[in-house]
Amino acid sequence: MNATILRLSAQALAGRRRGIVLMLIPGIVVLLAIVVSALTDDGQGYEAVANLGFTLALPIVALLAAAAVLGPEVDDGSIVYLLAKPVSRHSIAISKYAAAWGATIGLGALPLLVSGLVLEPSDPGRAFGWFAAGAVAGTAYSALFLALAALTRHAVVVGLLFALLWEGVLGNVLAGIRWVAIGAWGREVGAEISPLVGGAGTGLGYALIAAMVVTVGSVYFAGDRLRSFTLRGDE
Amino acid sequence: MSVITLETVSRWYGNVVAVNGVSMTVRPGVTGLLGPNGAGKTTLIALMAGFLAPSAGTVTLDGVPIWRHTDAYRTIGLVPERELSFGYLTGRQFVRANAELHGLDAPGAATERALSIVDMTEPAARRIGTYSKGMRQRVKLASALVHDPGVLLLDEPFNGVDPRQRLHLMALLRQMGAEGRTVLFSSHILEEVEQVARQIEVVVSGRHAASGDFGQIRRLMTDRPVQYVVVTNDDRALASALIAEDAVVAVSLRRQGGVDVSVSDFGGFAVRLPRIARERGVRILELTPTDESLESVFSYLVER
Repeated sequence: MNATILRLSAQALAGRRRGIVLMLIPGIVVLLAIVVSALTDDGQGYEAVANLGFTLALPIVALLAAAAVLGPEVDDGSIVYLLAKPVSRHSIAISKYAAAWGATIGLGALPLLVSGLVLEPSDPGRAFGWFAAGAVAGTAYSALFLALAALTRHAVVVGLLFALLWEGVLGNVLAGIRWVAIGAWGREVGAEISPLVGGAGTGLGYALIAAMVVTVGSVYFAGDRLRSFTLRGDE
Repeated sequence: MSVITLETVSRWYGNVVAVNGVSMTVRPGVTGLLGPNGAGKTTLIALMAGFLAPSAGTVTLDGVPIWRHTDAYRTIGLVPERELSFGYLTGRQFVRANAELHGLDAPGAATERALSIVDMTEPAARRIGTYSKGMRQRVKLASALVHDPGVLLLDEPFNGVDPRQRLHLMALLRQMGAEGRTVLFSSHILEEVEQVARQIEVVVSGRHAASGDFGQIRRLMTDRPVQYVVVTNDDRALASALIAEDAVVAVSLRRQGGVDVSVSDFGGFAVRLPRIARERGVRILELTPTDESLESVFSYLVER
């Protein structure tokens, strides 16, 4: 971990327009929860809001955060200023991951807890279940998307396709995708805390190990890509 | 004192060869990497900076391969041509981040020292996004100098820098070279290279076309007629004397004054011209080489 890289990444996240978009997404989720809870009885509409926050908002926040800490610098080559230093590439990747992870937990997983508590104050367990699901999935999402950002300049498109098409649409149709869907692993963990979250049926052990493997593997891969970073001229 | 050595280095991208069998040694002092746009200068600098793996051959810094050798950056300071995209940082924050990444004991002091070397202490509190091209260039240089490197690699450092700042930068590079650092910079402009570097490496179309000081490179071309314009107080008298010289191939009078001289051996010509002028009592007011441009050097070297 490198404190300077972490600080620069956090500044990159907070600055620019991406920062505003990142803040807007959890804002919408919590606002929706407040509106729904004001208009309906206790607990109604919970599933819809949680689903929106978990399957849509969370991966998008993770994607934007991971892409923002690495993507622009790799795209325009200015990461060379960070890499022309006697600092381990893996330490750079881990620091960038830490910044993206922090944003994902704070702006992707935490809103699940807040909106859950707003919607059904009588059952905080359910809200914590969704938070745990979001934290586990967010941890793996942000790592995977960081690796994508290190791999391709089309990370945002590829990441969206993965989150929406693969996990969202196909995941609903084909049950087998739960074995290779980050969202399913998160739910599995959330269901341990509150069965209302609805586990995917992979088993807790598998879900935790799979999430860990994806996280560690992706961050390692990102670091390895940085080791081989190639500076190209305009010529 | 550090030495960068390239041994028969090639780099290709698919079917495109960017650098072709280049061998060169970059020693302490200032070296100019000269070549037209697209000649492979940036590729060579990327190879020397460890940001590109050679497809063939070796690139070493003091005998150690540079590619994937992270510790080499303790010795190397790199000023890439790439723009800074850290517009949300102030100049001082950016240079200080570089100092911290180098793990310096006193990053604050190193930051101020580097900023003062490039004369950027005063605007350092402003965000990089508000800087002019020349200021960004100087902040880039400060970030490369912050750890007092023995090797300084600069890709087109004078591009877009205004003339006053250009002179300042040139003086700075000369000083770095005089201090015993190994300084290499690329340029496609002959005058820039001549003013800063004694040692010049010429690359054309990915090949190492020539190496030496500029005079040597010019002497490589002595079998090619060189054109001069000589303006005197008596052009006709000088022209009639010059045509008798072995070194002179052709002479013609210019309508607006002056003599066009085509010379096959400019070493001999340089010795003979002042003598002839004195013997004939002709005063030379002006002597200008008319094709001493980089383009003529390049086209000659490519044809050779």
